[in-house]
Amino acid sequence: MKVAIIKYNAGNIRSVTFALERIGVSPVITDDAEEIRSADRVIFPGVGEASSAMNYLREQNLDSLIVDLKQPVLGICLGMQLLCNFSEEGAVKCLGIFDQNVVRFKETIKVPQIGWNTIFDLKSTLFNNVKDKEYMYFVHSYYVELGVNTIATTNYSIDYSSAIKKNNFYGMQFHPEKSSVAGQVILENFINLNV
Amino acid sequence: MLAKRIIPCLDIKDGRTVKGVNFENIKDAGDPVELAVFYSQQGADELVFLDITATNENRKTLTELVLRVAKNINIPFTVGGGIRSIEDVSVLLNSGADKISLNTSAFKNPQLIADLSGRFGSQCIVLAIDTKFENEEWYVYLNGGKVKTETRAIDWVKQAVELGAGEILLTSMNHDGTKSGFANTITKLVSENTSVPVIASGGAGNMEHFRDAFVYGKADAALAASVFHFKEIEIPALKKYLREQKIEIRI
Repeated sequence: MKVAIIKYNAGNIRSVTFALERIGVSPVITDDAEEIRSADRVIFPGVGEASSAMNYLREQNLDSLIVDLKQPVLGICLGMQLLCNFSEEGAVKCLGIFDQNVVRFKETIKVPQIGWNTIFDLKSTLFNNVKDKEYMYFVHSYYVELGVNTIATTNYSIDYSSAIKKNNFYGMQFHPEKSSVAGQVILENFINLNV
Repeated sequence: MLAKRIIPCLDIKDGRTVKGVNFENIKDAGDPVELAVFYSQQGADELVFLDITATNENRKTLTELVLRVAKNINIPFTVGGGIRSIEDVSVLLNSGADKISLNTSAFKNPQLIADLSGRFGSQCIVLAIDTKFENEEWYVYLNGGKVKTETRAIDWVKQAVELGAGEILLTSMNHDGTKSGFANTITKLVSENTSVPVIASGGAGNMEHFRDAFVYGKADAALAASVFHFKEIEIPALKKYLREQKIEIRI
């Protein structure tokens, strides 16, 4: 099993790497097109700002590469948001795999949302052995609205997509690598997906 | 619903955990990584590591510690103590820390907050404030509570959040070490006048104090050190109690 973590300018790469190592996977961290294309699983992490991350991906020609990937791809946090159509953060057009927009939480609540919140309405084998309303760790100011691709929902003043899926692409707003035992189960499920 | 967070704080000296009350009678309390693993298994929501020596010679030791912590725990953690530059922060985040906390250096150079949040995002910039109630006002103190300023805590919070601080760690010097409860008045004032989460710190003595920090102090998280280290409060029992008190808690 070859797992590639996409290396770019907005990574929490170290934490994701350690989390994979804890489940017995040694990922390669790379921005090399061939390395990424030949991997069995691709993880697209991200902590940072959407428009500068998108600019960097375009400069490195990683944008078209990601869109064309055929193996299971997991976008985490900003990585998930960049898989969508458009983000209000920096008003930037994103990769457009998911026909959904990324919008900012209203200022009537604390922003960023920092901490543990529940995921519910779970609709994917990614959540095998994860209980409904399990707590996951979130850190974000922007969110993906609910839509046909939503496979997990979270409420923070409104209901939004905490996970999405379309074909081979998966996105998670929370950080499975920081979400204790339940997060580890989700990462294992992603690695063990039947394809 | 977003859960209220329980955060044990580990004071670090030369790469070891130390226990003491008000920085006196400091005793070695073992390997921080072992303690971190223990707390995460007990259900801590997050951890804070505070380097209380924070000298240049110790930076390398601290970085190595951060790497070991990140390898071994699966919950988020913050590192603070002596952080003065983008380079300091870059090293800690790249070693696996989720957030860093700033105190005196940010007060002396507020632009640091803007520079760091611009580069790494507000979500990883925690502003720690030591505050003391005197003459009917809460003032900011620096250098671990040794140096008084004429700035009101609430004014500094507003300025820092404007600059990009993503979270406030508020320690009341009047309450720290007293075990008489958190400073709910100033915590509530800060929490209701800022858009970012507030961590209450200083004064935890029993389980009711945590409830009061959430209910009356409107805190988003509560931090404590000695009550956890000396096992006066065990996290599973605390969380069970808070749930019974109808507070949103992750169990």
